[in-house]
Amino acid sequence: MPTDSAPTAHAGTADAWRPAKRGVRRCMRLRGAAFALAVTGTCAAAPIASIPPAASAKDDGSWTLAARDYASTRYSPLAEITAANVGTLHVESTFSLGSLRGEEAAPLVANGTMYVVTPFPNIVYALDLTRPGTPLKWKYEPKPDASAQGVACCDTVNRGGSLANGRLYFNTLDGDTIALDAEDGHEIWRTHLGDIRKGESLTMAPLAVNDKVLVGNSGGEFGVRGWLVALDAGDGHIVWKAFHTGPDADVLIGADFKPFYAFDRGKDLGVSSWPPDAWKIGGGSAWGWISFDPGSNLVYYGTSNPSPWNAEVRAGDNKWTAGLFARDADTGAARWFYQFSPHDLYDYDAVNESILLDLPVGGATRKVLVRAERNGYFYVIDRASGEVLSADAYGSVNSSQGVDLSTGRLRYAADKKPATGRIVREICPASPGGKDWNPSAFSPRTGLVYVPHLNLCMDWQTVPANYIAGTPYGGAIARMYAGPGGKRGELLAWDPVARKPVWKIEEDLPIWSAALATGGDLVFYGTMDGWFKAVDAHTGEVRWQFPTGSGIVGQPVSYRGPDGRQYVAVLSGVGGWAGAIVVGHLDARDTSAANGMVGATTDLPTKTEAGGMLYVFALPCT
Amino acid sequence: MCSHCRARDARRACVAAFCATIALAACQREQRDLDPHVEPLAGQATPLSGLNPGEDRPAPIRSSNGAGFEKNAYAISEGQRLFAWFNCSGCHGNGGGGIGPALMDDVWRYGGSIEQIHASIAQGRPNGMPTFRDKIPDAEIWQLAAYVRALSGNVPKAAAPSRGETISVTPPLTRVPEQPPKPADSVSPER
Repeated sequence: MPTDSAPTAHAGTADAWRPAKRGVRRCMRLRGAAFALAVTGTCAAAPIASIPPAASAKDDGSWTLAARDYASTRYSPLAEITAANVGTLHVESTFSLGSLRGEEAAPLVANGTMYVVTPFPNIVYALDLTRPGTPLKWKYEPKPDASAQGVACCDTVNRGGSLANGRLYFNTLDGDTIALDAEDGHEIWRTHLGDIRKGESLTMAPLAVNDKVLVGNSGGEFGVRGWLVALDAGDGHIVWKAFHTGPDADVLIGADFKPFYAFDRGKDLGVSSWPPDAWKIGGGSAWGWISFDPGSNLVYYGTSNPSPWNAEVRAGDNKWTAGLFARDADTGAARWFYQFSPHDLYDYDAVNESILLDLPVGGATRKVLVRAERNGYFYVIDRASGEVLSADAYGSVNSSQGVDLSTGRLRYAADKKPATGRIVREICPASPGGKDWNPSAFSPRTGLVYVPHLNLCMDWQTVPANYIAGTPYGGAIARMYAGPGGKRGELLAWDPVARKPVWKIEEDLPIWSAALATGGDLVFYGTMDGWFKAVDAHTGEVRWQFPTGSGIVGQPVSYRGPDGRQYVAVLSGVGGWAGAIVVGHLDARDTSAANGMVGATTDLPTKTEAGGMLYVFALPCT
Repeated sequence: MCSHCRARDARRACVAAFCATIALAACQREQRDLDPHVEPLAGQATPLSGLNPGEDRPAPIRSSNGAGFEKNAYAISEGQRLFAWFNCSGCHGNGGGGIGPALMDDVWRYGGSIEQIHASIAQGRPNGMPTFRDKIPDAEIWQLAAYVRALSGNVPKAAAPSRGETISVTPPLTRVPEQPPKPADSVSPER
């Protein structure tokens, strides 16, 4: 832990208004184990990070990409809702999503319409924000193949779409990317990309960049061969496809490829860093987040864990899994790659969000990307060269002993290395990492990155792995539990300049929701027992919270409505890997269920129930 | 009992009689049929609905010897090995579920009798369960089905494997309480 023995200040003492429940309106004290730990002082006067202008979004009140801007900041400049008035925030409208699976998507807003993509069967709802009650404008049902549910590793989720060119782009679980007319919902094109018979599915939010739509596959638990595809935004044909294992030609590695570190250089490493043919079923999918720097025309995205989890049957670094690619957005040509977890031992996917920042480092401003990586380190990387400027543990890490900045390699801890015939106990972080997919937010007003993350450890036994196409390719039995301190989640405000935490809020349950930062200096996030919270971006004080109907595993957004007011919207609806025990009715007596996640969430079914619902909040009209 | 058998011969006879009794009782448990032959199941043996429009049909047919698998320790143990081998554990964990449903509880989407479980494995089911017919030999599907029955305590305790060879993630199957499928989940006769 990068924390020291700092004074603990109780922050959860503000009064919050709990709206009518069972017909009684009453005030209640905030509950829940939310304590802000004042770790350091504020960062006043020191230079702070900023959003690269080219990668920022227009201040037009809309929210068109999952992360709002290409820099992936999840920052809305809207400042009507503040720490001073958020106590009066109330539900403005709701909409049932007709779904009992994890609602991981970000609602998107443009031109007076809100768009929501549900988990399988991936229904799209368009709501008319210009009319009272925001009624349904249109609904689109892609009718994906039901069998696809059998190859979705971690609940049948969907992380939303992208709005561009008057169209909504989104994916279906069974492997299609679809473009809809945003106005009336009619299908413009539909391209089949993923093959469920090989374990491929699509769960990520595609990113519309220039005249293309970028899509990556899921299936790192099924021995797929990972890829990222660029589709023509106009007609949906494949413009380029970059694999993440195999020969350089397939990976789109050419003359422009200049990785910073020696261990990422060499011919056809996507073949030679594997046992013969293992790369063909080697994973390295791209189910997470993509950032885009229009200044350099480079996209940045990470690759998933290698397949199978049993690392003993894939000797080598297993390129190009568990690492980060920088590619030319137009051609897909790889510019650089950096492998966070070479020869991944623990399912440390590298698909988390890259936040593009202009960051003061040593008196100069560096163009960087920052990542709360699954292996437990907060990386600052030069986004032009791929050089790691720093990598600091942001939670409990004992599976490695830091990153060697001269070679770039993660230093695995020998005593935590899994091997056949050996049960390794207390590996931290567990497979979902210090942080899983649920993205952080950055505020240019505070210069802080708000990281919703996990505190889980695990025991691990390596067992034989058997590849059968379309079935899980695993080779490990894991059982997870709360990490040091016993709290399973934490919202962390991290100062990327000083490279240390500023405040943190501990949560009993894992945090599986994204964070949202606003111009009103608030940070929003949700808990797995359904609380939607607004905290002071400077101090971490909880200023408001509301109990939604189900656990929150989604991505809160903020937008300006047609009436000019600021709104905050979030999908409630527990699920995802962390919520699998609830939505899948899993049996808590098997701590290895859901790849070991059940061990860490046995109490969740007593705290929430499934059910997707959109909640929209606003201040009272004055 | 043996404490009363004082003479040496008598003691021997007594021990032999005792062992014979145990062996007889457990012969189904102990049998190791290395090449089990199973009569193919006709479709009508595994109905998934408790509703019979019009007049009641005759009771669903039980397989001639399929049910024998769930009383046999060797079959259940083989099923346990195959459960990991064929990646069943990748979706169903060690009975608690994951991508697929839990198998150690009393809830059955497609029936909880060994015939119905065999049918689900062989045929596949529409919401993600693959079709394993022609991939797994039929006798091994019966062994898998027997192990699946053991996960919910629905095999004789003497036949259930007491512990697996892996890290302990579930209670021993000999300690899992019997959780018979509810009537709605098991159309064919249970015993």
